Amino acid sequence: MSVRSAVLDQFRLVAREQGKELAPLSDDLVLLESGLDSLCFAIVVVRLEDSLGFDPFSAADGIDFPRNLGEFVKFYEDAAK
Amino acid sequence: MPQSDPGVLWGLVVAASQRSTSSLRGADVSVNSVELVRGSSLGGQLDDLCGRSVLLVIKDQLTAALALIELDGIARRLVLCPPDLPANHIPSVMATASVDAVVSDQTGSDIGAPNVGCFVPCSPILVSAYPQRHRRHQTEWILLTSGTTGLPKLVIHTLSSLAAPIRIGGPLGRTAVWSTFYDIRRYGGLQIFLRAVLGGGSLVLSSAGEATGDFLVRAGAAGVTHISGTPSHWRRALMSPAARRIAPQYVRLSGEIADQAILDRLRACYVGSRVAHAFASTEAGVAFDVGDGRSGFPASLIGQQGVDVEMKIEDGLLRIRSARTARAYLGSEGKTLADKNGFVDTGDMVELRGDRYYFSGRGDGIINVGGRKVHPEEVEAVINRHPGVQMSLVRARKNPITGAVVAADVVLKTELGSKSAAAETEALKREVLNACHAALTPHKVPAAIRFVPSLEVTAAGKLARFHA
Repeated sequence: MSVRSAVLDQFRLVAREQGKELAPLSDDLVLLESGLDSLCFAIVVVRLEDSLGFDPFSAADGIDFPRNLGEFVKFYEDAAK
Repeated sequence: MPQSDPGVLWGLVVAASQRSTSSLRGADVSVNSVELVRGSSLGGQLDDLCGRSVLLVIKDQLTAALALIELDGIARRLVLCPPDLPANHIPSVMATASVDAVVSDQTGSDIGAPNVGCFVPCSPILVSAYPQRHRRHQTEWILLTSGTTGLPKLVIHTLSSLAAPIRIGGPLGRTAVWSTFYDIRRYGGLQIFLRAVLGGGSLVLSSAGEATGDFLVRAGAAGVTHISGTPSHWRRALMSPAARRIAPQYVRLSGEIADQAILDRLRACYVGSRVAHAFASTEAGVAFDVGDGRSGFPASLIGQQGVDVEMKIEDGLLRIRSARTARAYLGSEGKTLADKNGFVDTGDMVELRGDRYYFSGRGDGIINVGGRKVHPEEVEAVINRHPGVQMSLVRARKNPITGAVVAADVVLKTELGSKSAAAETEALKREVLNACHAALTPHKVPAAIRFVPSLEVTAAGKLARFHA
């Protein structure tokens, strides 16, 4: 499974689990407008760490957090390299 | 411990309104201090609430702020329900606090209290009322905090203990525009509300369901100068394209461990602003602010005498004595918070590294998920009810978004067969998760579940917990 599809799967799964209505997923979707709250993002990061084996947020000191979905996916893709 | 009397909120607003005009701003409604001193958010029914134990169940934060200003000094007791308090907890809160009146912007049956004797509706639209008001009670302020069983614990403060960390007066206060990501019904938010009211400044409040980006845009337009939140609130704000719409002079973090990464990110985003992290809890009050841009706090703060807040460390746990701590828990046979020397155990463990102390977790295993406490025992009890589960251990797992999340290690009664293990594991995890979702508020539900062959048990027969 590609990093991108792993990320998108977790967005969908966590939204369903938490009863959130997920906005249509596109690269320019602003994360805070995706329908997921902070707890949802926290869970997405945990699940991705368990499935991909890394957490780029904890490794990224001083780097800007991603703001849209495209940046979020790239954040993980870069860390996978 | 001397406590200065700040008076009543109403009187402070009246005094401030004579010097300059300030305002309380919600998303849809704003109220300035001149309107506030001439009007009532309670339909003028203040006499009905005099001397009562009043439960405030109010959706809209601005309305709650208006009601608090009116009721301080009038009600015998104010019980502040945070907006996310589950409705099924309201009866136990009402019983514990001997509530005999409810103030709400919903109906009595909506909030699960249909039979209360005195029900007063409230609204941000003020009606003319009360030219004169006098303090008739030294109002108790009751804040809710999480308890081991899932039912909230009720913590007794007074305006004196709540306002003790705040220096009142000075010209700066009047020009300040305060804001907070907290809800003002929680200790961290209440501190900001009181700083605005006591200092005669303005306050921008978020409205129920308002998106973070919209709130930041509105706070920016209002010229916010001082703004506070938990590290998790700030991580979320920094994910918003609207983060740079505010240009505060002062950025404050509290309620969770502020790590170096979030301090650095905030200093990079808000160049020239003062970024400070504070240690505070509902029970222990505000202990100290750290403004040097580094996580942790200077070791020199420990053991000082003759200061407003005395701190010491016992068994690795931070203990605090000050006029800012809460008096007691309500309903636990008057159980006091402080030991015989007046020190309150914060439950937070600290570690000395060089000339600084760093927070390293909780002595009691409480998990702090984005500023909200989770007692592991409550979650374990839910997991252990599943017929396939033998025992479980719930612990904190570090998280870059909310500081920590809940993780569960679960021992099953029978080991899973190796053949269909993967599918069986997934199905069981799903069942346990569903049970947790059904019984617990979302931040208490484990973000990760792991099946393990066994859990370590101590010589005393208890689960071995590691709290780092």
